[in-house]
Amino acid sequence: MFDTSRQANELADIQSRLIFVKVGLLLILVLLGLRLWQLQIRDGMYYQELARDNRTRSIVLEPARGLLFDRNGELLANNVPSFQLYLSLEDVQDRDAVLSKLPEYLDVNVQDISDKLGTRRRGRVKIKSGLTLREAALIESHRIELPGVVIQPEYQRNYPLGSYASHVIGYVGEISESQLKDAEFDDLQAGRIIGQYGIERTLDANLLGETGRKVIEVDAFGYPKRSLSIQPPLAGDDLYLTLDIRLQRLAEDLLGDESGAIVALDPWNGDVLVLASQPGFNSNDLSGGISPQAWRQLLQDARHPLTNRAIQGQYPPGSTFKIVMAAALLGTQTMGATDSITCHGTFPFGKRVFRDWKRGGHGSVDLNKALAESCDVYFYKVGNQLGIDPIASYARQFGLGEKTGIALSSERSGLVPSTEWKQKNRGEPWYLGETISIAIGQGFLSVTPIQMAKMMSIVATNGRVVQPRLLKAARLRRTGNLKEEQPPSTQQLAISSEIFSQIKKGLAAVVTRGTAQRAQSAIVSIAGKTGTAQVVALKDDDDKSEVAKKHRDHAWFVAFAPVEEPKIAVAVIVEHMGHGGSAAAPLAKTLIEAYMNGTNPQPAGSL
Amino acid sequence: MAPLMNDNVNRRGFDTFDWCFLGIIAAIISIGILSIYSVTNSGPPTKFPIYLKQTTWMVVGILAFLVAAGIDYHKFARFSYLLYGAGLILLIIVIIIGKTSRGSQRWIQLGPFMVQPSEFIKIPLMLTLASYYGATSREGWLRRLIIPALIVLPGFLLILKQPDLGSSLGFLVIFLVIILTVGMKSKAFGFIVLAALMLFPFAWGGVWGSLHGYQQDRILSFVDPNSDPGGKGYHGLQSRIAIGSGQLLGKGLQGGTQTQFKFLPEGHTDFVFAVFAEEWGFLGSLILLSLYVIVLLMGLEIAFNAKDVTGSLLAVGVVAMLSFGVIVNIAMTSGLAPIVGIPLPLMSYGGSAMVVNLTALGLLLNVKRRRLSLL
Repeated sequence: MFDTSRQANELADIQSRLIFVKVGLLLILVLLGLRLWQLQIRDGMYYQELARDNRTRSIVLEPARGLLFDRNGELLANNVPSFQLYLSLEDVQDRDAVLSKLPEYLDVNVQDISDKLGTRRRGRVKIKSGLTLREAALIESHRIELPGVVIQPEYQRNYPLGSYASHVIGYVGEISESQLKDAEFDDLQAGRIIGQYGIERTLDANLLGETGRKVIEVDAFGYPKRSLSIQPPLAGDDLYLTLDIRLQRLAEDLLGDESGAIVALDPWNGDVLVLASQPGFNSNDLSGGISPQAWRQLLQDARHPLTNRAIQGQYPPGSTFKIVMAAALLGTQTMGATDSITCHGTFPFGKRVFRDWKRGGHGSVDLNKALAESCDVYFYKVGNQLGIDPIASYARQFGLGEKTGIALSSERSGLVPSTEWKQKNRGEPWYLGETISIAIGQGFLSVTPIQMAKMMSIVATNGRVVQPRLLKAARLRRTGNLKEEQPPSTQQLAISSEIFSQIKKGLAAVVTRGTAQRAQSAIVSIAGKTGTAQVVALKDDDDKSEVAKKHRDHAWFVAFAPVEEPKIAVAVIVEHMGHGGSAAAPLAKTLIEAYMNGTNPQPAGSL
Repeated sequence: MAPLMNDNVNRRGFDTFDWCFLGIIAAIISIGILSIYSVTNSGPPTKFPIYLKQTTWMVVGILAFLVAAGIDYHKFARFSYLLYGAGLILLIIVIIIGKTSRGSQRWIQLGPFMVQPSEFIKIPLMLTLASYYGATSREGWLRRLIIPALIVLPGFLLILKQPDLGSSLGFLVIFLVIILTVGMKSKAFGFIVLAALMLFPFAWGGVWGSLHGYQQDRILSFVDPNSDPGGKGYHGLQSRIAIGSGQLLGKGLQGGTQTQFKFLPEGHTDFVFAVFAEEWGFLGSLILLSLYVIVLLMGLEIAFNAKDVTGSLLAVGVVAMLSFGVIVNIAMTSGLAPIVGIPLPLMSYGGSAMVVNLTALGLLLNVKRRRLSLL
C-alpha cells in the first residue's frame, strides 16, 4: 500500500522543511526569553514597586479633637464615634458603576461626589460622614458589589448642650476648597475636619491634634490583610474656657425668644463668664454637614441667628454712655461732682430744642442725680461744654471704638466719632449740634455689648483695663500637664480713683433710687446704668406703644456688683424692648444674683 | 506498559531519550501542580482542593499517555476519520446542550466532570491530517490544500461558534504548520498566501463581529493596557506586574503578593505562568521555558526521524499544538499578545487539556518507538 520510494522522497522533503520549523520555533522562544528578561530583570524594580503599590494602602488616622470644658470642668464639646464613608480610589475599578450603586443604599448625590473626585486616581476620599447604623450595615453587606467603598468609624464632634453657647463654641466642618488653598491650612489634607466658627475656629490649632498614619496590606478587593506600620494619632489639647456655663445658660434663658446679648466679665482678670447672643443655632446641626437648604434658611433668617450679637452687634449706647461723659467731665474738670444745674426738660441749641426724656425736667441736678435719673439736659450741657474730641478721647480710653481682641473672629469695633473722623469719612466738618446727641449716646456713636461689659469692668476696678479672654487653661496632650493661661497684661487709666468713686456712687444710686430700681437685689449691691438705643428718631407726640416692634428702641443695662468689692461686670441689651430699666435691668440682676450665689456658699435669700 | 504489537516494534524498551522525555514532562506537570497549590491553597481548606483534582487528572492523563504510546499509531490513523467525525458530533452537541460560562458554550456535563470537546478534537485532527497526507501522494493544490482545508473548516467554525477564539486559532495553527511542513511544491502555496492576505480584512471583520464584548475588550486593551489600569487592561497589567516583580530570584513559594492577594486573576488556569514567574523569578522562568524548549525540540527530532510521512506529520502536529499553547500563553501573560484565553500546556488547571496533551505526547513517543523498524 505504500510506495516506498515516494515515501522516502516525501519524508526527505518534510525533513528539509523541519529545519525551518525548528529555527522559527527557537526564534520565537528566544523572543519570549528576552521578554521575560525585559520584564523581570530590566524593569523588575519598576514592577516590584507597582506590586507594592497594588497591595499597600496608606490610611490617615484622624486624631480625636480636643475636648472643651467650661471653667468648672463642665463638658461643652466632645467626640462620639460615627461611621464615615470613604472611597479608596486604587480599589475602585469602575468608578461610575460603584457611584451609581451608592444611592440604592444611602442618601448621596452622585454628581457632587463625582465633582469632588475629579480626575483623582489615588488615595482615600471621604464621601459621606455621619452614616446611620442602618446605612453602614447596608453598605457593609453589599461590599462585594462596591469595591473600594470603605466604612471607617471615626469621631464626630458632639455638643452636649446643643444650642447653648453656640456662638462661643462654634462648630466644625470639613476643610473647604478655598481653605485648602489658604497658607494658614498648609499642612492639612482634604477631608480634615477643622473648626469653622467660634472657639473651634480660633483655637483650632490647639484642638486639632496630629494625624497618624497606618499602612496596611490589602488584597485585590480592598480587604485588609495585615498592618505593616502604624503611627498613632495624637489627640488635640483639651481646653478649659473662662465661661461659666451655668450662667451662660441662665443668660440665654433670660433672653428667651427676644433678640439680644448678655456679656459678663470678671473685671479683674478679663475672664468672659457669659457671652450670650440670641437667637442662636445648634452647633451639632452645623457640624453634622448641614443640608444646603437648611444652611440657606439660616443665612436668610431675618433675625440673623448666625450673628454673634455680643461681639458683632453695633448699637448706639444710649444713656449708658453717660458713664463716659461723667468720667470726661470730672477728668477735664469741666464740672465738679457737686455742681448743679437746673433742668426744665429742654436744652435749646441754635434753632433746635433738645428734649429730656422726662417732660418737665428733673429740677436741680448734680452728677449723682444726673446719673441716677439719667437726666439728659445735664449731659447736653456738659457735652456742649466739653466738645466732641475730648469726649471721643475718653470714650477710647474706656475701650470704645476698638475691638476688645477677644479670641473670636469677626468682632466689630463700633464707632467713636470725632472731628477728624467726620472730615475723613464724610468730608464734612463736625457740627456742634451733633455733640449734643453724642452726649446721651446717640448719633454716630455705636458700641458692642462686649465693649460695654469691658467699660463696666474698667469702672468697677477704678481704671484697670484688661482684655477679655476666653481660654482659661489647656490640658496638653503631649505632656498631660494642665497649663494655666497667663492672665492678660493690664493697663491703668490715668483717671483718679476719686473720679471713679464719684461715678460709682451715681451708678449705685441708679439702682437704689434711679431708673433701674428693678435691678435692686436683696442679696447683693449692684451699680449700673440703663440706656435706650434709638432705632428710629421719633417725634415727641408719637405714641410709642403704637410703633411696630422692629422700630422700637433697644433696651440697655450695664452693671457691676457688688458695688464695694466688684466681682462681675455685666452688659445686657434686649432688642426692641424699649427702656433698659424695665427690659434689661431685671435680667442683669438675676444673672448677678446667680453668680453671687454660685461664688458664695450661702443659699439664696439668706442675707 | 500496554501489550506491544508484534509488528514493527522496537522491543528494546525505554532508552535514555525516552526517560529524559518522560522526566521533563513529569517535571513540568509537577511545577504546574505546585503553582496551582500555591494559588488555590491560601483560602480556607476545601474537601477536594484544586491541586489534588489536577493530580487526579494527571493520573488519568498518564493512562491515556500509555494507551497512546502503546498501540501502533497506524491503528489510530486507520480510525482517524471516524474519530474526527465523532469529534465534530461532540462539538455540535456542545452547541445544542453545552454548558455556558462567561458567554461561551464550551463544556459538556459528563457525570461530575465537565468535558471540553474542542480540546479532544485536536487529536483526531492531527491523526486525520497525518494519515491523509501519508496515504498516497497528494499532488495538485486541490488535493494538497483544498481538501484538507475542507476537512479542517467544520471543526474550526464549530469551535469559533462557541465562541472560543483561542482554541479555534490553535486548531488552525495545527493545520497551517502541517501544511507548511508538507510544502506546496507549486504555485499553490503562493496562491494560498496571496488569497489569505486578500481575504484577511473580510475574515477579520467577520471574526471581530462574532467576538463577544469581553473578547473585543481584551484585544482592544492589548493595544494600550496602561491607559486604564482599573478597566479593560487590568488582567494584562496585573499579570505583567506579577511576572516583573518576581525579578531575578522570585518571591518564593506562596510568597507572591500579586497571587496571594488575588490581584492576578485566574492564577490557576490561564495565568499560571505568571504565578510561577512571580514566585521563582527570571531564573525559574528560564528553567521552565528551557524544559518546554527541550520537549518541543525532542518532538521535532522525533518528526525528523519518523519512519513514514504519517508518523512525521503526526509528530509535527503534536509539536505545533504544544508550541502554540506555550508561545501564545506566555506571550499573553507577559503582554506580548492579546489575552485570548489559551491555557499553558501541562501546567494550567483543566482536565480535558491535561488528558489531551498527555495523549498527544504519548503519540509522539509512539512515533519515536516505531521509527527504527524499517532499518
